[in-house]
Amino acid sequence: MSRPEEISPPEIFYGDDEARKYTSNSRIQAIQSQMTERAIELLALPEDQPAFLLDIGCGSGLSGELLDEAGHYWVGMDISPSMLAEVALEREVEGDLFLQDIGQGFGFRPGTFDGAISISVLQWLLNADTSSHSPPQRLTRFFTTLHSALRNPSRAVFQFYPSSDDQVHLITQSAQRAGFGGGIVVDYPNSKKARKMYLCLMVGHQEVPRGLEGEEEVSRREGVRNETRRKKERNKIVGGKKRKEESGKEWVMKKKELYRIRGKEGVPRDSKYTARKRRVQF
Amino acid sequence: MLVSILSLFSSPQFRENCTSNNFPLVFSEVELVVRPVPENQEFLKRFLPKLEWRALVETARSLGNESLPLIQPETLTDDQLKALHHVLLELHVEQGNMTCKGCGHVYPISNGIPNMLLAEHEVGR
Repeated sequence: MSRPEEISPPEIFYGDDEARKYTSNSRIQAIQSQMTERAIELLALPEDQPAFLLDIGCGSGLSGELLDEAGHYWVGMDISPSMLAEVALEREVEGDLFLQDIGQGFGFRPGTFDGAISISVLQWLLNADTSSHSPPQRLTRFFTTLHSALRNPSRAVFQFYPSSDDQVHLITQSAQRAGFGGGIVVDYPNSKKARKMYLCLMVGHQEVPRGLEGEEEVSRREGVRNETRRKKERNKIVGGKKRKEESGKEWVMKKKELYRIRGKEGVPRDSKYTARKRRVQF
Repeated sequence: MLVSILSLFSSPQFRENCTSNNFPLVFSEVELVVRPVPENQEFLKRFLPKLEWRALVETARSLGNESLPLIQPETLTDDQLKALHHVLLELHVEQGNMTCKGCGHVYPISNGIPNMLLAEHEVGR
């Protein structure tokens, strides 16, 4: 997977060429709109009520179009002038746009927005593009200003691509310090391709939504499954049925495998002698 | 819609040495555009409590729109709702400058997009 955030800062990477590429590529459009729809779903806004939303890193307004369709009013922010000027204006999106670096914080009045969404943006904040940038500081600034700009109760949903667990930890930690509740929602955790991470932040006390299950995205229409329940069911089969059929060798192999996974040292190699009985010599 | 945002917008809180008197931003050298939008009273009514009425009206007046009363009426008449809709959603600032009263920083607006970027040394710690 290519990571544009490792190539150059966002305002430079999304120059005129890249901005145009971004909006004319139908695959990117499809993925973006899918993620936006899911993000809107996670926002759990009251139905049939026009809401006032914030689109963080709106870019060319792909996600904004979906917000328009859903009948919401929105405000977009992005750091790339090319994305905003070249494309957003040509596409005639409804929302109002701001050219802004979210890491610098923003000055909306407290309680302005009914919710916020952000698609594939947060990972950009983790880079220090100049010597004066400090990712933890920028994250804190971003989250504290966002927290105050949101109404109580409301939600902010971020889809993002973390490159390590440390990054996830850093992000959740700064969000919590800023006063947000909530956590990470992982869709299709078992699929390499469809796996998506959403940071679901809440102002006020709310319950964290669940991630989507299954290997493929196609199956999602069938509804959200409960991860822990599935795990339990799987364990039930392992615990109940299999144990009777399991031979001594299988049991030993399973244990050895488990030790290897746990990183235990000195687990003997597997061979044809594994789990055989020692014969009496005389 | 821009005007509505600006009645909700103050200078970025983290700008150095700018902690008070930074709301609302003051317009200058503006170029206005009106883009008609269908009315949505439900949205307006839900939006109303969030507004700083006085700031909005003062901003609207500085832009030459005097359709709103300076003191917020308890309930808005239909005409007033229409005027509010016009100011909030139809009136756009296409070009111009916004100045922060607290620190005097100027945020330029071009093509309807305000530039809120700060230089690194201007960001407060």
